Amino acid sequence: MKRKAFRAAFPLTLPVMAGYLFLGLGFGILLASKGYSCLWAFFMAVIIYAGSMQYAAIDLLAAGASLITTGIMTVAIQIRHLFYGLSLIEKYRHVGKKRWMMIYELTDETYSLVATSEPPEGVDTGWFYFFISLLDHSYWIAGCTLGALFGTLVKFNTKGVDFVMTALFIVLFINQWLDTKEHRPALIGVGSSVLCLILFGPDSFIVPAMLSILLILTIFRKTLDKEETTHADS
Amino acid sequence: MRIPDSQALLMIFLMAAITFLIRVLPFILFPGNKKTPSYILYLGKVLPYAVIGMLVVYCLKDVSPLTAPFCLPELLTVAAIAVVHVWKRNTLLSIGGGTILYMIFVQFVFI
Repeated sequence: MKRKAFRAAFPLTLPVMAGYLFLGLGFGILLASKGYSCLWAFFMAVIIYAGSMQYAAIDLLAAGASLITTGIMTVAIQIRHLFYGLSLIEKYRHVGKKRWMMIYELTDETYSLVATSEPPEGVDTGWFYFFISLLDHSYWIAGCTLGALFGTLVKFNTKGVDFVMTALFIVLFINQWLDTKEHRPALIGVGSSVLCLILFGPDSFIVPAMLSILLILTIFRKTLDKEETTHADS
Repeated sequence: MRIPDSQALLMIFLMAAITFLIRVLPFILFPGNKKTPSYILYLGKVLPYAVIGMLVVYCLKDVSPLTAPFCLPELLTVAAIAVVHVWKRNTLLSIGGGTILYMIFVQFVFI
C-alpha cells in the first residue's frame, strides 16, 4: 500500500525537487557565508522548514534580532499558511496520526500539490499525501545541507533560478483553471491580491489580501456554492 | 561576529514553533472527530483556487512595473509558460522550460 502511494506521489514532486534543491542550495550558501556550518543548515531545514522564512532567518540571526522581532517577523511572513489548513480539513480528516507530520510539512509548494491533486484509483489517500509531504521536505533538507557544505563550488550563474517556484504555481493555476468551469474563485484570488499589492505594497499586502479573499468568498457563497451544497449536506 | 549559539537556537525554535502553530491552528479549531461546518467545507472547495492565484501574485510581488525592465522578463515568461502548458500539458516541460527561459532573460537579455 505504501509502495504504491510512494510511486504515485514521486513524479508529482519532481518540480518541487528541482525548486527546493536550488532554493535550499541558495539558503545553505547564504547561511554558510554568515559563519554557520552545514549542521545548522540541516537543523533549520528539519525543524523550521519554510522557504522565505529561513531566508529571513539568516538576516535575523546575523543581526542578532530580539525574540520579539523574530516572533513578529515569523507571524508576518508565515500567516498565509492559515489558509492551507483551512482548506485541507476534509482532505486530511481520515489520515490518522501521521497527519500531524503532514501538517508540520505544509509549505506553499506541498500545499499546492496536495490541494490540486487526487490520488490515482486504488492508491491510499493518506499515504499519497504523506509521501508528497515527506519527499518535498527531504528535498529541502538535502538542498539546504548541500548548499552549506559545497555551495561555494557552484560556479555557474544561478540568477533567476528561483523562478522555478513561480513557474510551478503558474502551472498549477492553469491546471486548476482548465479543470473547472467555475473560474470566479481563481479570479477572486488573483484580483484581490493584485489590488492589495497595489494598495499596500509588497511587504504588507498578504494579510489584507487574505482578508479580502475570505470576505468576497463569504459574501458570494450562495452563488459559488450552488451545485456543491447537495454533497456538503448529505 | 556570531551571536551566542544559545540565542541562535532559541530564535530557531521560536520560528519553528510559530510556523507550526500557524499551520496547525485550523486543524485544532476544526477537529476531525466533529462534523465540519458546511462553511468550512465550502472554503475547502473554493479556497485552493483563490490561494494558488494569491501565491502566483506573492511570487511576483517584488517586480516593479515602473522601472526597467518593466516586468518584461516576468510577463514574457508567464505568457510562454501559459501557451506551452495549455498546448502540451506537460508539467515538467512548462516549469523547466519556463525557468530556463527566465534565466536567459535576466542573465543575457534584460540586463
